[in-house]
Amino acid sequence: MNRSTDAPPTPALGALGQPADVATPLLEVRDLSHRYRLPRRGFGRHRHAQTQALDAVSLTLWRGDALCVVGESGSGKSTLARLIMGLLDPDAGEVVYAGTRIDHLPARQRQRYRRRMQMIFQDPYASLNPRLRVAQALAEPIRVHFPNGSRQQVHERVDTLLADVGLDRAWGERYPHELSGGQRQRVAIARALSVSPELIVADEPLSALDLSVQAQVLNLLVDTQLARRLTYLFISHDLAVVEYLATHVAVLYRGTLCETGPAAQIFAAARHPYTRALLAARPRFDDAGAGRIASSAATPTGMPATPGCVYRQHCPLAMPRCAREPPRLQTLGNGHAVACHAVDERAVDTYTRQGS
Amino acid sequence: MALLEVEDLSVRFTLPGATLEAVAGVSFRLGRGECLGIVGESGAGKSVLGFSLVNLLAPPGHIASGRIRLEGRELTALSERRWRGIRGRRMAMVFQDPRATLNPVLTVGQQMRETLRAHRRLSRRLARKMVLHQLHQVGLDEPERQLERYPHQLSGGQCQRVVIAMALLLDPDVIIADEPTTALDVTTQAELVALLIALCRTHDLSLIVISHDLAVIQQLTQRVLVMYAGRVVESGPTREVINDPQHPYTQALIDALPQMYPPRAPLRPVPGSPPAPGVRPTGCAFHPRCRYRVAADDDLRRRCEGDPPALIPSSGSEVACHWVAQLIDHEMIHSAQVHDEPLD
Repeated sequence: MNRSTDAPPTPALGALGQPADVATPLLEVRDLSHRYRLPRRGFGRHRHAQTQALDAVSLTLWRGDALCVVGESGSGKSTLARLIMGLLDPDAGEVVYAGTRIDHLPARQRQRYRRRMQMIFQDPYASLNPRLRVAQALAEPIRVHFPNGSRQQVHERVDTLLADVGLDRAWGERYPHELSGGQRQRVAIARALSVSPELIVADEPLSALDLSVQAQVLNLLVDTQLARRLTYLFISHDLAVVEYLATHVAVLYRGTLCETGPAAQIFAAARHPYTRALLAARPRFDDAGAGRIASSAATPTGMPATPGCVYRQHCPLAMPRCAREPPRLQTLGNGHAVACHAVDERAVDTYTRQGS
Repeated sequence: MALLEVEDLSVRFTLPGATLEAVAGVSFRLGRGECLGIVGESGAGKSVLGFSLVNLLAPPGHIASGRIRLEGRELTALSERRWRGIRGRRMAMVFQDPRATLNPVLTVGQQMRETLRAHRRLSRRLARKMVLHQLHQVGLDEPERQLERYPHQLSGGQCQRVVIAMALLLDPDVIIADEPTTALDVTTQAELVALLIALCRTHDLSLIVISHDLAVIQQLTQRVLVMYAGRVVESGPTREVINDPQHPYTQALIDALPQMYPPRAPLRPVPGSPPAPGVRPTGCAFHPRCRYRVAADDDLRRRCEGDPPALIPSSGSEVACHWVAQLIDHEMIHSAQVHDEPLD
């Protein structure tokens, strides 16, 4: 379904110019941290004047990866996406895109990178302008990023995009309210694709869709990634979707990275106690009856003022050391890395024997 | 006698120039201690069905026909005044978004005591004691401390526990839970499912769980109704319905789940999207998306497009599908022929 090769983009709306650099990661995030400053006055306790949404998270994305970021609400998933897209400014750390640091660039220079990375949001009802027809919504980013394109070229590009996401050309004349949820999310995907990006950052793009429609959009995401050699950073709390789509997984808990690695390895042999709790809690069809609750992991947002591991209150393997120093991410080989003192001290093997 | 019996219930919304049938001819029985699931996509009518069971339909929605009986007592004709003796006391509802259900300017203790004292004449001290007991029952840590907290100080899972504790306060027979786990995180979801199962067992409580999530339905319920466009298209024991779905819609829904496929293999989605209540297809509402449509002969196709199919028994479940009905007819003719053959 490599439609893009059937109709090569016109030079004015050009392809990406620079050859794909295989030795440099497409995206690197280094020690990225962000705090939300809360208003001092207001309801509730005033102690948390700041809340650490993301704490020194480092990740690497190679071209063609589909990295899924999982974690519960308040774990910092969306903050990470927004920092990468430049919708938020980091308090510390770096965002490096194809070898260039971009987080501190002025808006004008950053614009060049905006074309190369596009975002798809959770709610397709809210992310499309209700007063623009679908074709207008798709043409807008093309005009912004390729001001030299002729009307005819833009028009053709819009038609190709609609075809690529499986919508008939006639839908271009409709307004968003005339579309179903699945169709709207297709338009949102087409809009992200309109400027030929390399990286797509998608924040829960399926959760507003009906079950029978989810599969259509998942197919579209996989097909598009293969056809256009895209790289995905995909945020989701739905582990079934993650297991299906991800080539790599990163697990966040209260703003820190617990574990990251190739998807197959995480799902088959997760090491971090939180990842294990998460995987054990997912509802499965082969379950006779429920009740396999690994651990209570109610996530208070914000961070405790104390040092140490953020998961230790809920962790079955917690030891004195966990309250003293935060665990650092340790590489286990094959891209698999875990931040856990217990794993570090090989306690996890005994845990496995007792636990299962 | 079943605890709750619903017979041929239809709910309509009368709008200027149009009447929408949100729920059409739904029947089911709920036994004491039983857990029934209602599964369907948005617009299938499952929430409207839930609201109609506790007489919380907002106009222009109304029950157009059918009966709801609680221990044999007919409820559809009751006045709102009478309903107050039933809603909360006999049947309680737990809504999808727990935070929106709770009053943000009252503490947990205040609103729970208010609920209790609206229904029963109790001393403050006794009310407090009962509230604490329920908070303990739903597994909230430090119930005394929770009493003084406001909803915004609780996590989503804690809010949902408070709402469930509130529903349990008046010791109802039936709890209707509309998407009780949807707004929650994975681990919290699992905890709440375990809590609901435990409550059903210890309180001899009957539960109706409305959800779009088949995995939650599978874990929680013994029987399930699958709804599509306002009608029940399949009903039966949950295990049978999920492991051996009979209706093409249920089959397609389960076939479309990513967990049924190896990573990144092509999924088999249901084509099209669920119909909006105003523009439901004639006949079987699923026929435009049905995978058997291509295989159907003219006669069958005419039936699918013309008349809504009735529920008929099929391998342990009930199914509303002309295709399945035809298959069963063929089987019966076939087995009749086998029996007609003379024995040597």
